[in-house]
Amino acid sequence: MTDATPAPQTAAPPKPASAAREIWQQFRTHKGALFGLIVLSCLILFVLVGPLLWDPPQRLSDTIRMKNQGPSLKAPFGTDQLGRDMLLRMMQAGRVSLAVGLVAMTIAIVFGTLIGTLAGYFRRLDGPLMRLTDMFLALPLIPLLLVMVMLFRDRIASLIGPELGAFTLIVFAIGITSWMATARIVRGEVLTLKEREYVLAARSIGSRPNRIIRRHILPNVVSPVMVAATLGVAEAIITESVLSFLGLGFPPDFPTWGRLLYDGLQYMQVYPERVVWPGVAISLTVLSVNYIGDGLRDALDPRIRGR
Amino acid sequence: MLDAQPQPLVQVQDLKMHFPIYSGIFRKHTGDVKAVDGVSFDILPGQTLGLVGESGCGKSTVGRAMLRLYEPTAGRVIIDGDDVAKLAPEPLRKKRPTMQMVFQDPQASLNPRMTLAEIVSEPLDEHTNWTRDQKLERVYELMDQVGLNRRFVNRFPHEFSGGQRQRIGIARALALKPRFIVCDEPIAALDVSIQAQVVNLLEDLQEKLGLTYLFISHDLSMVRHLAQRVAVMYLGRIAELSPSKDLYARPLHPYAEALLSAVNEPDPELAARRNRIILKGDVPSPANPPKGCNFCTRCPKVMDICRTVKPDLLEVEPGRLVACHLYTAAGSTGASEANERNQQGETR
Repeated sequence: MTDATPAPQTAAPPKPASAAREIWQQFRTHKGALFGLIVLSCLILFVLVGPLLWDPPQRLSDTIRMKNQGPSLKAPFGTDQLGRDMLLRMMQAGRVSLAVGLVAMTIAIVFGTLIGTLAGYFRRLDGPLMRLTDMFLALPLIPLLLVMVMLFRDRIASLIGPELGAFTLIVFAIGITSWMATARIVRGEVLTLKEREYVLAARSIGSRPNRIIRRHILPNVVSPVMVAATLGVAEAIITESVLSFLGLGFPPDFPTWGRLLYDGLQYMQVYPERVVWPGVAISLTVLSVNYIGDGLRDALDPRIRGR
Repeated sequence: MLDAQPQPLVQVQDLKMHFPIYSGIFRKHTGDVKAVDGVSFDILPGQTLGLVGESGCGKSTVGRAMLRLYEPTAGRVIIDGDDVAKLAPEPLRKKRPTMQMVFQDPQASLNPRMTLAEIVSEPLDEHTNWTRDQKLERVYELMDQVGLNRRFVNRFPHEFSGGQRQRIGIARALALKPRFIVCDEPIAALDVSIQAQVVNLLEDLQEKLGLTYLFISHDLSMVRHLAQRVAVMYLGRIAELSPSKDLYARPLHPYAEALLSAVNEPDPELAARRNRIILKGDVPSPANPPKGCNFCTRCPKVMDICRTVKPDLLEVEPGRLVACHLYTAAGSTGASEANERNQQGETR
């Protein structure tokens, strides 16, 4: 097989296969990942399309009579202490929570990977960037967010409206305070990768640093980044609810899953389902994102893909 | 004879590669690891220079510093007319296609996430603006040249055997039609039957493409087979540089003698009769080499002068350069030899 054979002219040599299709095929074989993808899609459909289909008429006079009801045909998830339909609130809350979770995670991952790669690859940047990371790690999160919200909430709200303003601020605040772990992980990984011989080979070819980073470094730090990312989604959703609970996030009448959870907490002994719904939704999101990340990590690794 | 000598393709002059040591709380620069400490040699076009020595003597560092994978501390590396050690980044990048490298560990030198086609065409991506089809055509051509089946083009490195992986490494090195290739122990990680295949492939390619090799190895018999001239390194310096026939027949430097006596002798009768020179002690630290000759701590023929004066690499017989006081101290102490580092036997 390894002997030098004359060029086989008979069969046309295969064209390089499409990587995307191979990745998808491997992804499909990962049952958990497929399950996670389905669950997450359902959740997204639920929060996006749901409110269009389920829009119970709410008259102010009804709300007093409707309060604190258990699950029924009229209100499948029951109603809360103000007579609002829980199903509708769950759907509206999910929009915000999912968006916050995914966007904040993306910001944190992109930023963390960028800082980590630069620090790991360019020796000169290593010191300053890592000290910056340490500084961010040392900052107490809650006071920092407090100051940020105090300073910027009104200004941003006047620019793009209170709800979008709160969303932007929260996503930014969470993103900017949760990239440090990723940066450290990525830096460590880059430090070992850049001494590998294939990086040396790329340098001997004359590749420029940006291409070496894109072709050789980044694809090989995917695994740890995936893990950090999937954990990040859960963390972002929870952080958002903490912020809202402290009155730093969205306004109190604006539902998010975290908010619903805290609202339900007071009535947990009497109406446990109010805690269960948002809790289940958050857990399902986190779980499905975790599995998707797991499957994606495997699918992106050709060594595992072959098996 | 003067005119008949072709210009060397590669000239290395007094190459030094020192790695700084920082220590203490303030990370003060307290010394240097002198991995390569003044190495000079020439390689004629189409020839192979073997570079041998024990582990840690700086062989690989020489290869890497020559291709500017490390920034050399001092010295000149003239490859095809340009001093690679001093080129600015952009001219250096343009120069890269003429000089390539084959790495020791074929597993480690191929990115596990790239297919064969991607790996081999990477140099083409970097230095040409060909279309995909042109690149693919060249990849197939290279695969034929190194004896890889065209069907393997979409496979990943982990799907190949060690020998095949090394072929991929060679194909990648050949992609840009280099003139000079540094083979950094290309066969050390392969088992013996595959070693022969890879060495034969390297020889064939040299013949067909007129390549010039620097063949770094610790496998002395392989170097004997492949190289016209051999440099023996010890602790960052060249101990002896001789035509391989002469070196293997009658090594001059005591270290070369000891090293060659360690080569396995297939004939049991000869093996029983030959006297193996066993060196005592350890290699001194390259951070703190001996004051005189680097080999003086272990040399069986050590003299007083060896401990104080570093011997220069001088031509002691036609075409043979040795850095040892045994050959210089005897006759020519006063007459400063004019032909220092003049390796082709020519008088320029």
